[in-house]
Amino acid sequence: MAKYLGKRIFYIILTLFIVSTITFFLMKLMPGTPLTNQAKLTPTQIHQIYKQYGLDKPVWQQYLVYLGGIIHGNFGTSFQFSNQPVSYLISSRLGPSLIIGGQGMVLGVLAGLVVGAVGAIKANTWVDTSATIISILFISIPSFVLAVLLQYYLGLKLRLFPIADWGGFMYTVLPTLALAASPLAETARFMRTEMVDVLSSDYIELAKAKGLNKVGIIYHHALRNSLIPVVTIIGPLAVNIMTGSMVVENIFSIPGIGEQFVKSILTNDYPTIMGLTIVYSAMLCVVLLITDIVYGLIDPRIRINK
Amino acid sequence: MADNAKQTSADDFTPIAGADRAKLDDEKIATPSLTFLQDSWRRLRKNKAAMIALGLLIILFILAFGSHFFETHNPNATNPNFANLPPKIPGIDINGLNGTLDQSGERVNAYAQAHAGNNWYLLGTDYLGRDLFSRILYGTRISLEIALIASFFDLAFGVVYGITSGWIGGRVDTLMQRIIEIMLSIPNLVVMVLLILVLKPGMTAIILSIAITSWINMARLVRAQTLELKNQEFILAARTLGESSWKIAFKHLLPNLSSVIIINLMFTIPTAIFFEAFLSYIGIGISAPQASLGTLINDGQKNFQFLPYQMWYPAIVLSVLMIAFNILGDGLRDALDPKSRE
Repeated sequence: MAKYLGKRIFYIILTLFIVSTITFFLMKLMPGTPLTNQAKLTPTQIHQIYKQYGLDKPVWQQYLVYLGGIIHGNFGTSFQFSNQPVSYLISSRLGPSLIIGGQGMVLGVLAGLVVGAVGAIKANTWVDTSATIISILFISIPSFVLAVLLQYYLGLKLRLFPIADWGGFMYTVLPTLALAASPLAETARFMRTEMVDVLSSDYIELAKAKGLNKVGIIYHHALRNSLIPVVTIIGPLAVNIMTGSMVVENIFSIPGIGEQFVKSILTNDYPTIMGLTIVYSAMLCVVLLITDIVYGLIDPRIRINK
Repeated sequence: MADNAKQTSADDFTPIAGADRAKLDDEKIATPSLTFLQDSWRRLRKNKAAMIALGLLIILFILAFGSHFFETHNPNATNPNFANLPPKIPGIDINGLNGTLDQSGERVNAYAQAHAGNNWYLLGTDYLGRDLFSRILYGTRISLEIALIASFFDLAFGVVYGITSGWIGGRVDTLMQRIIEIMLSIPNLVVMVLLILVLKPGMTAIILSIAITSWINMARLVRAQTLELKNQEFILAARTLGESSWKIAFKHLLPNLSSVIIINLMFTIPTAIFFEAFLSYIGIGISAPQASLGTLINDGQKNFQFLPYQMWYPAIVLSVLMIAFNILGDGLRDALDPKSRE
């Protein structure tokens, strides 16, 4: 186990190193500078600003300085908010994103499990058909359309929830719903297939033959065994949530990293884009590592032995 | 049935003998032999939802690629006098289609206010007076074009990568899998955004960025299937006959991979459509004055409270496009891979 963990962590560090290298050199390839759209500056002023941001050194030196900074959690200074360190910008905005992302994930997966399980138990009836329709709709309707509709109908028309801004649980409800749609649909589809498989397996037949009641069979045998593989789709779902959060946070003006990412893209704030790219990759790596470990722990058939 | 069986006795049957027996061709296969694709098509045809989706997609394809013949106005021509006109179809008097708007509780004829005369716009106009219907058709065409190009890259790169990795195996496989693992731990959207920033927003940047991220899933699935097929007898037989390794891979392996490839392709397409709309929506995709479903939704959303049709129509078209591809993909999976059905 320790050896496996060590190997995985080594790969995570390697991945993050490659990601930061690629982003660094891509950003160097970028046309224009952050000063392109500024008011007229004298060459001395420009030189001074370059010196302040370390842009006067050769590229390889900038790269080494940058890598050294990352190891100490320093991503440089934001171009957009003058003198604000990127690491502060990110850490102060991480909270809201984690809250709505986490809530969306939990709600989506739990609701998806229920929808998928009910669909499988009532396979090929109208219940199953409506469960399938729900998951196809939620997979197909883009998060930004859903978010706007939720905001308008539940927020503005019915006045059930605040339409935007951040401050307390009520403000998280609509963004959470918008983010939960895609994990719900994916989980439901996956769960249905798994459960239909399990329900037609021999040990379920045996349980039926033994005369166990239906609820007991479903709860003790079918449900638990179909739950295990669902762990494997948590990683891809986390990617969906990250993608969704970029627009959902924008629509509900939540001060999170997704909103910041889009803002930085539109304002050419390279240091922030680089920092957020690394943070997103690191979060995904951690989610993937945790799900793999959990999967090994809960399914005795899969042992981590390397 | 059981009663009838009892009533028949052995005398009711006469054996065919002599010349009649020779004429009888009892080895004949009565039903026509079907190829793999014909058989799948037969199964797909039975799936009503998939056929409706296919029909819808064909209609959308014809409308989008023939948009030159169907568009009622130039999609990029602005006309400030006719800005924000609601949908109107002459002769139909239903609120929402008769050119009237809800202004503080009263229905107002927007066309009369704008002195539009006999002009009419099927789905209304946007804030610059551009015809929404023509713009939606144009946006759909861009979505479909990007989907087609993304699936081409999926085939050209993902399939080859997967076969190579699985077929050669050993150290090459390990290296190729490590590369995929690293690609997988960077969120797709982040890769796309970085590329688009470097290449400056536009059609080429979007296509390249979708192409670079879309092949990974295909490569993984194709590799897994290749590993499974690699050790089967028909491959061994081809080897024993002295076929070259690459010939086996393309002649014997590829046809057996076709169902995996087709199914995965059907799920690449809606993903590509989604990402194009997403990027255009956040403002780094297709740039003005060109229309994309993403930019149309973004524009429409600003006026959603007062002119809801400006967001509803592009949003519906985008959703229908995604739903139809997803349903067709589900149907194709059931048709091509009957084992996956319970």
